[in-house]
Amino acid sequence: MTELMQTFWFWAPFSAVVIAIVVTVNALLSVYMERKVSAWMQDRLGPMENGPHGILQTVIDAVKLLLKEDIIARGIDRPLFKLAPYIVFGASFAIFAVTPFADGHPAADLNVGIFFALAISAFVVAGIMMAGWSSNNKWSLYGAMRSVAQAVSYEVPISLVVLAVVMVSGSMSMQEICVSQAGGFWNWHGLSLHHNPFLVLGFLIYFIASLAEVNRTPFDLPEAESELVGGYHTEYSGMRFALFFLSEYANMLAVGMLATVLFLGGWQPLHPALGFIPGPLWLFGKAYGFVLLQMWIRMTLPRLRVDQLMHVCWKVLVPAAMGVLVLGGLWELLIG
Amino acid sequence: MDNHELFIQGSRVPDRGPDGDLMTLNMGPQHPSTHGVLRLELLTDGEEVASIRPHIGYLHRCFEKHCEKLTPPQIVPYTDRMDYLASMNNNLGFAVACERMLGLQVPEKVEYLRVVVAELNRIASHLVAIGTCGLDLGALTPYFFCFRDREMILDFFEEICGARLLYNYIWVGGLSHDFPEGMDDKILRFCDYFEARIDNELNPLLSFNKIFIGRNAGIGVVSAEQAWAFGLSGPSLRGSGVAFDLRRDDPYSIYDRFQWKVCVGEGLVGQLGDSWDRYWVKVLEMKESLSIIRQALAARPKDGDVREAVPGRVKLPVGELYCRTETPRGELGYYIVSGGGNLPERVKVRAPAFSNLCIIDEISRGALISDVVAILGSLDIVLGEIDR
Repeated sequence: MTELMQTFWFWAPFSAVVIAIVVTVNALLSVYMERKVSAWMQDRLGPMENGPHGILQTVIDAVKLLLKEDIIARGIDRPLFKLAPYIVFGASFAIFAVTPFADGHPAADLNVGIFFALAISAFVVAGIMMAGWSSNNKWSLYGAMRSVAQAVSYEVPISLVVLAVVMVSGSMSMQEICVSQAGGFWNWHGLSLHHNPFLVLGFLIYFIASLAEVNRTPFDLPEAESELVGGYHTEYSGMRFALFFLSEYANMLAVGMLATVLFLGGWQPLHPALGFIPGPLWLFGKAYGFVLLQMWIRMTLPRLRVDQLMHVCWKVLVPAAMGVLVLGGLWELLIG
Repeated sequence: MDNHELFIQGSRVPDRGPDGDLMTLNMGPQHPSTHGVLRLELLTDGEEVASIRPHIGYLHRCFEKHCEKLTPPQIVPYTDRMDYLASMNNNLGFAVACERMLGLQVPEKVEYLRVVVAELNRIASHLVAIGTCGLDLGALTPYFFCFRDREMILDFFEEICGARLLYNYIWVGGLSHDFPEGMDDKILRFCDYFEARIDNELNPLLSFNKIFIGRNAGIGVVSAEQAWAFGLSGPSLRGSGVAFDLRRDDPYSIYDRFQWKVCVGEGLVGQLGDSWDRYWVKVLEMKESLSIIRQALAARPKDGDVREAVPGRVKLPVGELYCRTETPRGELGYYIVSGGGNLPERVKVRAPAFSNLCIIDEISRGALISDVVAILGSLDIVLGEIDR
């Protein structure tokens, strides 16, 4: 029995349920949070009518989306159109499978966990391209093309920075990366100026690039509603649209979690003395800090233009990430 | 014959032209950034725009035809509905035109109150323009801040005349209502509050935001010659560095009594006459309007009936007259022909937004689709006025 309990197949269904709950609750929570945070920043109240302080508003919206008519317009490539939301949602869902919520508790502690996370998040692009292409709408196509160009470009600096972290941690397993940052916040890669200062720069690069990866302002070009109407999901309605929506918020949390695991010690407490607070609380606390930061940026900055976006990626972030990789490696070899 | 010539001649352009790389893209009339029901037919090469053809008329309400069947006091509410963001200025233009025809002298108090409400409405209108200009580029928060401040002006108007958008306040020969008790103080308090908001909130958050500058600087550059040639007026003309403002250069009402300066674009962050300059002129003008309001409130007579000079029946004398006034969008001209009857024979409107829109094809060629949105936002069009 104990042997069985240690196998992946025993835990997989439980983890799947946990992750499903996390993703759904996260969407409800994040949407409410985004509404309230934006309202406070803009001198408004935000939702106030349903429930105390409008707390039920997102639940009601979810029900509305579920009950809404699912419109598939004429001229649409039906198989692709129907498949796309599931691919996008499935991909963003799968990232959580390799994220360690606590000590010894990832759904799947792959020895190439971080590699898997990057690979599967790249899969989202395929779904978006399918959605944009099959919609038979020029605006959707523009949105999808922008999205693909953007996501593929920004994966380069992300991968380079992640590689530097892997080099310093000595493992591609996300659990191992967390463990390597044990012992308090001064040991976290993103803050450890004394261990390897280049990783702190890498943290910054990762954060900027991750905004582009999840299509958040100032890199929200693929769904720039004032330019491209609705971007790649212009033609979607009802539950299919909700799946895109859900995966967008899941992605926001996912990049927050990856940033936490890679640079802020994952489930590690701020100080070893605070170890009595359970790991998942630390992980989600830090990850939601990132989500909040993403919302803050969205409410503050306008959006870049396509060429400026590419300029930031290829001429600023990629060389900087390359520097982080090379110099961080040298530092590790000579000093660390 | 290449694609562009086909396009200009209005023939149906195939999705893929002979060279296979141009695509027509329909922007609007349900597009979020066309500021109403404007339809732009873009010919694009990837994200680059080869040419633009605006289609207007979705909001056509036969304003000019209606005018032939209405007496001048009845026309005033119709002028509200042209540039619905600046109804006071539209009212003012028509009232001034009729008064000039009639040779009517309106009381001092009325003149001052007219200037106050017209300048307040100019600020309200510029706030919408500035807010939406940011919103089109993805800046959400400045939009809400602008609308919050505009809301205060609309509250004043509601208190003054009962309406929040379509006022019918400035009548031929007078005003519909006097200012209520304590209105002057409220407006003065707003002026102080709002001036600080421009400096401390709007400018750091939007005007001098690096991304906002990057999106607007050097985009949609209009030279001074081009601006004159296309008949631009208002902030769109002044953004190109031309100091021309009808309030100063062809004074009407009592604008010649106030101390203020005509704001022009200077190419502060990019080229002279770019989108950012057109935006910046509006920000500067709001401050000048505040100064005019302060002067007018300080100098205005307190006593008098605002309906004193309102004629019982407005009968325009035989003749014709063109009267132009400066609305937030530029030169609003009323050309009135009267045969001496109760109804004008013809009322032609020269709408500033219409002329301002005409230049969009000229300055958008070679720009990206995202730039078209920025250019359109900086031109500040109102479809109610263009279509009439």
